[in-house]
Amino acid sequence: MFVIFPMDSLYQPWPWYVAGPLITLVMFLLLMMGKRFGMSSNLRTLCAMCGAGDKVEFFNFDWKKQQWNLMVILGVILGGFIGSNFLSTDTAVEIDTDLVLQLESFGFADAGSAYMPDALFSTTAMSDWKTWLILVVAGILVGFGTRYAGGCTSGHAISGLSNLQRPSLIAVVGFFIGGMVMVHFIFPLLF
Amino acid sequence: MRHLIFILIGTFFGIVLFKSEAASWYRIVEMFHFKSFHMYGIIGSAVGLGVIVVQLIKRLNVKSFYGAEIVIEPKAKSTTRYLVGGTIFGLGWALAGACPGPMFVLLGSGFLPILIVIVSATFGTFLYGLFKDKLPH
Repeated sequence: MFVIFPMDSLYQPWPWYVAGPLITLVMFLLLMMGKRFGMSSNLRTLCAMCGAGDKVEFFNFDWKKQQWNLMVILGVILGGFIGSNFLSTDTAVEIDTDLVLQLESFGFADAGSAYMPDALFSTTAMSDWKTWLILVVAGILVGFGTRYAGGCTSGHAISGLSNLQRPSLIAVVGFFIGGMVMVHFIFPLLF
Repeated sequence: MRHLIFILIGTFFGIVLFKSEAASWYRIVEMFHFKSFHMYGIIGSAVGLGVIVVQLIKRLNVKSFYGAEIVIEPKAKSTTRYLVGGTIFGLGWALAGACPGPMFVLLGSGFLPILIVIVSATFGTFLYGLFKDKLPH
């Protein structure tokens, strides 16, 4: 077994042809459990748990029926912990070298040698109000947009496209319009 | 028991997202720059295989582990909400470098500032609920 599957590669970044099918497996398992693959629904559930249903009809539902998905998210947090602490020797993400140069000029000094940019996700960056502003705005856009579109990457790009749904294709086109506008036109203004 | 199964599925998903670097801010920015095949390979192979799996479930009338019918309700027909909502989501996805799954992966990996994104995303969802009836769908 060790000849066919060298354990060492488990600790390296997993290639796309391993990760993609494994994500399909996650979708399949959730379908077989009688559920759907969709992470952003949890944000709505969190709103309902916090009592938003008293004021807004959209959150007035029995959130306890969505507990299963909160368990999935709990697992996802656990998975992030295990993946980074026990299944990685080096978490540097080797991205395209041209992009490294461009991002370095934007102030992302660890481009090509870190998993996440220190400029946005380190405790020192938290002392800058601009970092807070960026992360708050980014979060609001994700949360608002995903519900407006009726799903996120898991619900539309993976599940929806797998089910050959036209609405999901339109949503994914939207994801890319937004993403490209952000990195090409707004990044140079922000960083 | 079922709760434990969902936690295990989630844990597996979280590990896959972290190890494939799909939870990395840099990978998402790279994807929107079309500078690497990596993210397209992940999403493409997941969807390619997903189409086959969903078709097999439908054609062979596969039942869930609990013997129930697997019905995938089609999304409501519209263009506006998917295109506008999707674009807003895309702007945030590229800026945060994380969508609603990877956000929680990063929390587990110890990138604590991601909590700001998670709380804001929950608030963004609340804002949608608040203005839902005033938005074109």
